[in-house]
Amino acid sequence: MSSPDRAYWKPAEETLPRPALEALQLERLRQTLARVWEKVPFYRRKLDEAKVTPDAVRDLTDLRRLPFTTSADLRETYPAGLLAVPPDEALRLHTSSGTTGKPKAIFFSRQDVDNSAELCARSFVATGMGRHDVFQNMMTYGLFTGALVTHYAAEKIGCLVIPAGPGNSDRQLLLMRDFHTTAIHLTPSFALYFADFLEKRRVDPRRDLALRRAFVGAEPYTEETRRKIETGLGVRAFNSYGLSEMNGPGVAFECQEQQGMHLWEDHFLMEIIDPGSGAPLPPGARGELVLTTLVREAMPILRYRTRDITSITDEPCACGRTHRRIQRITGRADDMLIVRGVNFYPQQIERILMAVPGVGRNYVIVLEGLDEMTVKVELSEAGFDGQLEHVVALQNEIAGLLRAEILTKPKVDLVPPGTLPISEGKAKRVIDNRTL
Amino acid sequence: MSTVRLLAIFVENKPGQTARITKLLAEGRINIRWVTIATSGPFGVMKLLVADPERGHAILKQYGMMASLIDVLPVEVADQPGALHEVAECLARDNINLDNTSGFVANQRAIVIIETADIERARALLVEQGLRVLSREELLGI
Repeated sequence: MSSPDRAYWKPAEETLPRPALEALQLERLRQTLARVWEKVPFYRRKLDEAKVTPDAVRDLTDLRRLPFTTSADLRETYPAGLLAVPPDEALRLHTSSGTTGKPKAIFFSRQDVDNSAELCARSFVATGMGRHDVFQNMMTYGLFTGALVTHYAAEKIGCLVIPAGPGNSDRQLLLMRDFHTTAIHLTPSFALYFADFLEKRRVDPRRDLALRRAFVGAEPYTEETRRKIETGLGVRAFNSYGLSEMNGPGVAFECQEQQGMHLWEDHFLMEIIDPGSGAPLPPGARGELVLTTLVREAMPILRYRTRDITSITDEPCACGRTHRRIQRITGRADDMLIVRGVNFYPQQIERILMAVPGVGRNYVIVLEGLDEMTVKVELSEAGFDGQLEHVVALQNEIAGLLRAEILTKPKVDLVPPGTLPISEGKAKRVIDNRTL
Repeated sequence: MSTVRLLAIFVENKPGQTARITKLLAEGRINIRWVTIATSGPFGVMKLLVADPERGHAILKQYGMMASLIDVLPVEVADQPGALHEVAECLARDNINLDNTSGFVANQRAIVIIETADIERARALLVEQGLRVLSREELLGI
C-alpha cells in the first residue's frame, strides 16, 4: 500500500504568511543588491547610472527604481560578465535556447543547483506527485535547463526517474509500458504529437498505460490544448513556467487546483509591466512579467524582462500556498505579430483552432509577400466525411472565427494530417517570409 | 445486397498527391473502376469506385491518408434522351436534393451515381418508379 501523497514539499516555506514572505523578499533583495554591487561590474555601472545604492532600497516598492536587465544584456555580457562568484565556484553551465546569435550563458553554483531542484520538487509535490511515481522525462537533456533541473527534482522526491529525452515515440511507449510510467514531462507540441502517435498505434492510455500526470511547459499553450493533451494521453496536465535565465523550469507551477501557476516568491520577485512604457501594472492586468532573483548565488539577475505576457492573481488559493499565481502565458512580447496593421499573438489563433471540431492538433501561420497571412491547419478524422463542400464550409467557418478574434481575415488552408512539419521540441508556429 | 460505397480521399491540391494515393492502391491490388477529382483552392477530394472499398480504406488509413467511405445509389437508366430527367423528377417530387452526382455509359449501359443525404428514401422512391438501383455486385459486373 502506498503512503498518502504529501500536501507540500516544504510546508513552512510554501505557506509562509504574506507579511513574513514580503519581509523575507525585502531582506533577500537587499542582499542580492549588495552582492551584485560588490561583485558584478555590469550591475555596479547600471546602478550608478540609475543613481541607486543598495541601502537606498527600503521597501519592495523601491524595486521599480532599479534598472531592467534584458536578454540583450545577457548576450552582451556573454560568456561570464554577470558571474558573481569566482569561476571555480560555478558548478554547472546552461545556455538558453536562443535561436539566433550568441546564446545566453547561465551559471549555477552548488547552492543554485540545489535550489532549482528544490523549487521543482515543491512544484511536483503540489500536483500530487510522490516518491512512488515513475517519472519519464521527455524534455531535451543537455544545455537546455528543461530536463536536468526536473530530473534532479524528481530524484529529490524519490521517484524512479527515466531520463528518456525527447523524440523516438516507439521507445517512449516501450519505456512507459515496461516501467509503468506515471508522470511525464514534455512540451505541449510533443504531447499533442505523442497523443496522435498513441492513437495510430491503437494504444488507449487509460487502459494500456499507467500515466496519471503530465507536466507540460517550455512553450506557451492554451486551455484548449491542455484539454486535448489530457484527453489524448489520459492524464491531468499541469502547466509549468520557467526560463533558463531564472534556473529553468519550476519558477511557477500549477497546484492541484489548476487555476494559475504559483510563482515561488521567496526565490523570485515578480512584477507585471507595460511592455512598451515599462510602467508597473496592478494585479489582474496583463503585461510583461519581470523577475528578480532573490537567492541565486552564481548569477543574480535584477528585473529581468522575460518578454512573456501574463497577469498576477493575488486572491488566496484553496491549496493553502501563499505564493501568488500567474496566469497562463498568453504570448511573448517578441512573438506579437502585426499583420495589416492589426496586432495579435499566435496563441489567439491556436485558441480558436483548438476549439473547432474537425481540426487536428498541428498548425502553422505563414506570412508572405506584402502582409498575406495563411493559417495552415490539419484536418482531423472528424472533419472529413468524404465531401469537398463540407471541407470548404469548415474552412470558411474557421476563417470567420479567426476574423472575429484578430480582426483581419486570414486565408485558411486545411491540409491532410501529417502534412505539416512535426516538432518533438519547441514548435515553430510562425513562418514569416514577408518582403516588407 | 451490399451497399455501393465510394472511397473518398482528402488530398492536397499539388503535383504528385494523386500519384501517392494511386500508388498505394496499385500496390494493394485495388482496381479502380471509376474516379472523380474535385478541387477547391489548396485541397481536393478524390472519389473512387473500387471493388473492395473497405479494404482500400484500410490500406489508405494505414499509410496515414485521410479517407472516408460514402454510400451512394447507382441507378441504371435507359441510354436515351430523358432518362436522367426521369430520375431527377422522381426525386424532386419528394423534395430530395441531389448532392454530387455523375454518370457514365459502359457496355451500352447508362449509370447515374447519386449522392444524397436521404439515401434510403431516395432508394425506395426510385424503385417504386420502376428504376433499377444496382447492388455492388451488379455495378462491378458491368
